[in-house]
Amino acid sequence: MNICRFAMKAAWVFLLLLVIASPVIAETAGSGAFKKDKEIEISFGIPVDESWAKNTNNFSVFEKPDPDIKVAVESVELDSRRVTAVLKFKESLNLSSEYVVEAKDVSSEGKVLGSREFFVKKGQFQILFGLLLAAMLIENFVFTKYLGLCIFFGVSQKKETAVGMGITFTLVMVLSAIISWALYTYVLRALHLDFLKIIVFIGTVAIFVQAVDTILRKVNPYLFKKLGVYLVLITTNCIILAVPLLNADRNYGAFESLIFGLGAGVGFAIAMFLMASVREKLELARVPATFKGLPIAFVVTGLFALAFLGFSGLSIF
Amino acid sequence: MNRNVTLLWNGLIPENPIFRLALSLCPAVAVTTSVKNGLYLGIAVIFVQVLSSCTVSIFKSLIHPRIRIPAYVIVIALWVSVIDMVLSAYDPHTYEKIELFIKLIVVFAIIISRLELFASKEPLVPSFFDGLGMGIGFTFGLCLVSAIREFFGLGQIFGQDIVDLKFLVMILPAGGFFVIGFVMATFNWIEYKITGKIPASGGGH
Repeated sequence: MNICRFAMKAAWVFLLLLVIASPVIAETAGSGAFKKDKEIEISFGIPVDESWAKNTNNFSVFEKPDPDIKVAVESVELDSRRVTAVLKFKESLNLSSEYVVEAKDVSSEGKVLGSREFFVKKGQFQILFGLLLAAMLIENFVFTKYLGLCIFFGVSQKKETAVGMGITFTLVMVLSAIISWALYTYVLRALHLDFLKIIVFIGTVAIFVQAVDTILRKVNPYLFKKLGVYLVLITTNCIILAVPLLNADRNYGAFESLIFGLGAGVGFAIAMFLMASVREKLELARVPATFKGLPIAFVVTGLFALAFLGFSGLSIF
Repeated sequence: MNRNVTLLWNGLIPENPIFRLALSLCPAVAVTTSVKNGLYLGIAVIFVQVLSSCTVSIFKSLIHPRIRIPAYVIVIALWVSVIDMVLSAYDPHTYEKIELFIKLIVVFAIIISRLELFASKEPLVPSFFDGLGMGIGFTFGLCLVSAIREFFGLGQIFGQDIVDLKFLVMILPAGGFFVIGFVMATFNWIEYKITGKIPASGGGH
């Protein structure tokens, strides 16, 4: 169970890093925040006049990329100290993009103080956490995207192997996601060679896996003995190619690519562990002869996929 | 000529890539929500399989055995890029739905395993027929699964309404897993009735 302990340690270190890094990553967005999907809260810092604040024409709100498309403000509410205002909208806001609130001629105690701008954005940390959760559970690669099935059915016979494969896979996934992000952004896009991305990505993954194999063999023979077998299998896994391709399609940045790769890896590990637990029990069950082996594994996976549907629409922030 | 027909038949039923060899299972679940998607991906796979089988067969003496796997992957990636661009220009609407899986043909185990087991040892013509047979067998598998799912899930075949039947679960991810499990079991059962023994199930790679 050395591998399990190693995984626990790695997970703790990662969590610690996230906690330390979160104030740095989290951008302090102006002085506005989303309250619900139809409300924005902004704080003026000084008491403002109620008659000015109630006039919705004094506020114009738009998404940052297109300043011409204004979002209609339905009503404005001030709190009892008249310092913070809540803007209410008819339509739901797109919580993953950035909004700008312009307040014209802010007036306080009868004096006009000039216009102010507020930038409203979900914290970077929240976006990344949402992405991690989505890649792990909501769009779990095995159960909702049907990727990596070959390895999934091949390796999920025993819990021990499933855990080993999961860890190796997650490590390779995260690192190759970053490498291919860098290649895509600085080489392929810069030189307008987008159409070569399939060849470049698969080449990167193959070379990277080979390199890890060689280095691990020299540096840590013990770990190599445990994980080396899985390394060879990884190159033929769909997920390892799908993650760079999806990152490129969705224009993810460096951090997002990293988190997406991590989520995909952990999600795959979770799926394999669940499946291995069931299959160990399945060995003892009386399965109809024609269903033995893969057919019953498929049916069980179908049941898991149904269960994972329950995660759709899950959001914490 | 006789051998070539055998090779074609071999890929279709006795060594069907999906149900018998249990290779390339991901697309078998992912794109089979409608017959049209299944057929498109199948055709793309036929082209990639045949073209890369022929390429490898022609250049087999030039490929050093120790770097054969990376070499095969690059050959496949080349042809996939070509097919990807052709399809995106030919039918952008359908392409949108199966885009990811067209690109992922690179890592489909069936293609590289045919290169390794067959095309790297045999001359051009048998390699061509082996590739064609495997491709057609793959397409047949995809169409069978997608026909079942589209019929029970939407009551349609090829987008045409046939009966008023809507088991939503068949269109959901779970449905794909169920259908493949049951079709595989049916194949096993048929073989059991004919030969009298249960075949060992595929390796799963």
